[in-house]
Amino acid sequence: MQLIQQVRHALRLGVLNEGDKLPTVKEVVARVAINPNTVSKAYRELEYEGLVMARPGHGTFVTRTLGGDSLAKHEPLRQKMELWLVEAREAGLDDESIEALILTTFRSFSEARA
Amino acid sequence: MTDALSAEGLTKKYGGRTALSDCTLSVPAGRVVGLVGPNGAGKSTLLQLACGLLDPTAGRIEVLGTTPMSGTRQVGFVAQDTPVYAALTVAEHLRIGARLNPSWDAALAERRIAQVGLDPSQKAGKLSGGQRAQLALTVAAAKRPDLLLLDEPVAALDPLARRGFLQGLMELTAEQGISVIMSSHLVADLERVCDYLIVLVASRVRVAGDVDELLATHHRLVGPRRDPAELGAGRAMVEQSHTDVQSTLVVRSTAPIDDPSWRVDRLNLEDIVLAYMSGAATAAPQRVLEGRR
Repeated sequence: MQLIQQVRHALRLGVLNEGDKLPTVKEVVARVAINPNTVSKAYRELEYEGLVMARPGHGTFVTRTLGGDSLAKHEPLRQKMELWLVEAREAGLDDESIEALILTTFRSFSEARA
Repeated sequence: MTDALSAEGLTKKYGGRTALSDCTLSVPAGRVVGLVGPNGAGKSTLLQLACGLLDPTAGRIEVLGTTPMSGTRQVGFVAQDTPVYAALTVAEHLRIGARLNPSWDAALAERRIAQVGLDPSQKAGKLSGGQRAQLALTVAAAKRPDLLLLDEPVAALDPLARRGFLQGLMELTAEQGISVIMSSHLVADLERVCDYLIVLVASRVRVAGDVDELLATHHRLVGPRRDPAELGAGRAMVEQSHTDVQSTLVVRSTAPIDDPSWRVDRLNLEDIVLAYMSGAATAAPQRVLEGRR
């Protein structure tokens, strides 16, 4: 589900941290107009995965992040990637080509290591 | 828990024309139900039977465990094109609502009016389509019903107004735990907001069920042309089309499709709805075309 993925993503990138409060079901549905049962189900799924905890009457809180110790290493890696992106742009690649190149490289890299 | 709506053999005829035919349903409470189908399929008839504006010709319908009666507190109804009184102001709508409904929640009504930015002194006839729909929803919601019936509430709205209306509706469902049944042609909207779906085609219920379950049990099969009769037990054909060499089927199956000669694709809700609608429409004419070839 998209919602679960977004929260996991935020947990991995350090956008959400331990102790942060997730918006209430009502706040989520009022903002994005989706079914409240879908949101509750996503929250239960996240709780089952041990990523969040519901405290009745208070809200749902993040109990664990996913980035682990690697979070600190994100910044230098991001900077290297930015340099690469500048190079790619200078070589005349458009956004779509850059995205395609990153994706295929990543895929064959993962396949080779699997 | 009592069903939001249950029907057995429900039939409605207008003179010689059958609007709804032998409809059997059991819709759980606490859900947001989407009602889809082509124009004239019987959607409005079903909603009007559910709020007691119409009486069935045959069969039985119960809403929240009782026979529907027009004007009860438990059921809120927003008719097609979200009608309001053009000559009355927004504030007057709320005053009349309060006078007619002992259960009126004035705080909720005023909060919603402020939230969607309606001017209380504005005449309802001067409101935009989106504002009118918000006013109609507010009036229906402020009597604190357990079930809200909406007949194509967003059909005439632009995408932004539609989003605003659905945001308000979802907020109300989350907050009040009400059940909702709404008809619409916009399946993409329904896919977001509904967790239960009813497809009506040509006055009959073609499929009704939990959205997650519908998504999990419907598949598109593509493979070498063959007789669909050999599909196997526990599988129901929804739609089929054939070329000389290839068959494309949409089936409902609780068991996984393990025949390797089929390529199996998942379907989204719109695919499923369209399959039911065109499956019913083309079942007979297709044979005619084949005979002519």
